[in-house]
Amino acid sequence: MNKGLSGLSRRDAVRAAALAFAVGAISPRLAFADEKAVAAEIKKLYGDKKMAEGKIKLDVPEIAENGLVVPVNVEIESPMTEADYVKAVHVFADGNPQPGIVSYQFTPACGKASAATRMRLAQTQDVICIAEMSNGDLYSAKANVKVTIGGCGG
Amino acid sequence: MISRREFLQATAVAGALTVSGGLGPLGRAAAQQRLSQADILRFDPLGTVTILYLADIHAQLMPLHFREPSVNLGVGEVKGLPPHLTDAAFRDHFKVAAGTPDAFALTSDDFVQLARNYGRMGGLDRVATLVKAIRAERGDDKVLLLDGGDTWQGSWSALKTKGQDMVDAMSALKLDAMTSHWEFTLGADRVKEIVEAAPFAFLAQNIRDKEWNEPVFPPRKVFERGGAKVAVIGQALPRTAVANPRWMFPDWEFGIREEELQKQVEEARAEGAGVVVLLSHDGFDVDRKLASRVKGIDIILTAHTHDAMPGLVRVGDTVLVATGSHGKFLSRLDIAVKDGKVSDIRFKLMPVFADAITPDAEMAALISKAREPFAADLAREIGRTDSLLYRRGNFNGTFDDLICAAMMEQRDAEITLSPGFRWGGTLLPDDPITWEAITNATAITYPNCYRMEMTGQQLKDVLEDVADNIFHPDPYFQGGGDMVRVGGMGYAIDIARPMGSRISELTHLKTGQPIEAGKRYVVSGWASVNEGTQGPPIWDVVRDHVAKAKTIFLKPNTAVKVSGA
Repeated sequence: MNKGLSGLSRRDAVRAAALAFAVGAISPRLAFADEKAVAAEIKKLYGDKKMAEGKIKLDVPEIAENGLVVPVNVEIESPMTEADYVKAVHVFADGNPQPGIVSYQFTPACGKASAATRMRLAQTQDVICIAEMSNGDLYSAKANVKVTIGGCGG
Repeated sequence: MISRREFLQATAVAGALTVSGGLGPLGRAAAQQRLSQADILRFDPLGTVTILYLADIHAQLMPLHFREPSVNLGVGEVKGLPPHLTDAAFRDHFKVAAGTPDAFALTSDDFVQLARNYGRMGGLDRVATLVKAIRAERGDDKVLLLDGGDTWQGSWSALKTKGQDMVDAMSALKLDAMTSHWEFTLGADRVKEIVEAAPFAFLAQNIRDKEWNEPVFPPRKVFERGGAKVAVIGQALPRTAVANPRWMFPDWEFGIREEELQKQVEEARAEGAGVVVLLSHDGFDVDRKLASRVKGIDIILTAHTHDAMPGLVRVGDTVLVATGSHGKFLSRLDIAVKDGKVSDIRFKLMPVFADAITPDAEMAALISKAREPFAADLAREIGRTDSLLYRRGNFNGTFDDLICAAMMEQRDAEITLSPGFRWGGTLLPDDPITWEAITNATAITYPNCYRMEMTGQQLKDVLEDVADNIFHPDPYFQGGGDMVRVGGMGYAIDIARPMGSRISELTHLKTGQPIEAGKRYVVSGWASVNEGTQGPPIWDVVRDHVAKAKTIFLKPNTAVKVSGA
């Protein structure tokens, strides 16, 4: 039910939360994905099919407390019947070394199209969610998550 | 509905004062418009419920000076709105006359002269006198005492007793409920230990344990006061795990959690609450936005950003209270409840003028006992200051300049970074710099003063990151605190630009040369949120510097050039 889209690289992708301010683990500059890379991934799956807004509740924090384990919850509005259900949900991020975060497949037997996991975010970036309905309709939602070096509050 | 009453009861006594028209700064000392205890307490009571509210005391048991900011910029929609007003603009907005006790308490210009006239503010023994007097006037069954947090941290005695001195004092004040932020820097276990034993409620709807996503603390508590049900919902600082070392409370997650908050409000109403109060450590701008999105909250008691305002700010049907910090003010709200709803609110920000208020003997004794083990240390004079030493301001404060100079000298650094904390007392010219004064500005549980190399690029990244934390146009992306203080390096900042392009013209002050992105610089700083940071505690670094200098004199800091305001 929960398989990685692209086998997110486990390389030490830096700039996780609390880094620079203090003990200076200096990181190599990695190549990061961008909007285009996300668009290319989506195109691979769905071609140039139109996306609508709505139906998706994408719940991510405005500011990541720990860039290594950022919670992401998705919930898609659907009756989840044989006639009308959510088939698949994909989550992407446009500022990681690889754009894929997770893909979920659903069946009407799931009863509810919702899922929660945690993702690593290398830097402040957009998280993009695509939902594919049983009739082929596509929906998308986007949210920005800020990954900060922290400190200095108060 | 709350009536359209003008909330500006600026301490309600303003009208009774003789306004010192035309007196120059030096003439004001002669004006002597001192307030009496009766002036401070004077209040035309309303309804059957009274809320007394304190926040951001930062462990200050004793009266002190605390200079409000002269620079406190708002961005985006809140540009130029309270609390982002200072000095003359603040006084104009709130109808406070220059030179008056209120002007001294609430604004920063002419601070030294006014401080010599009006004396120190705060002191929990004075606060206790006010609280007792109001309870006696209204009756215990009508009064609710609430604390917005940042109470157990900020002094040497609080650090050494792991917050116990403050817990004891607040218990003696008969605190009903609090929420939190800096408290968590005592560590999760210690916080749990205190909360389990405390006679007051510790409320936070927005903290979850990571494994099960379950609430760590009770989200709300309903109090019966004056025949009404008052629901108090707690909101801890949503950014605690970013602003402070999250390894000290590794199993907890925070966040704003609007939807869950909305549910709390609805549940409270369903339980018959006539008054719904959010006891919040969000910070003022975050709460102003939240008030426009979460429905059904009557009153938000704000904290964290240390704003003190002698009037309420209204957003829809919600009013926001900003009660200041360091025990300088006690807020009183009288609430009339009709047909199970709030029908009117009357507010006064009571300034706690230490010289005007008779200390409560019981609390004074408790404080004296709590401080006794540290009294000799606290009183020890390390040096003196010729300059006014203060903390608040978006970009710098002279006390931070002192800390940066101390790190520069004692740690042999080229560039120094000091966190933009908003707490810590103010010293007047000619004041002694005691151990208490040093630790009031530095007493934290992660005090190590590190020394390391950073590249010019890393330094810029730090400044950009912190700047975005203050000047992001969406308050939900702000974390509170002021800009990181920088020693040895100048920069320009355009606060109106987006993340990554606010900071420019980084200059190594010693050489006058531009900071090079790829070059490495020796940097010293403190309050790192990383576990295992090495170095001496910052208070020792400052002590050694002050002891060596004997007298501190600071030149005006012109290293930060601000635009876009």
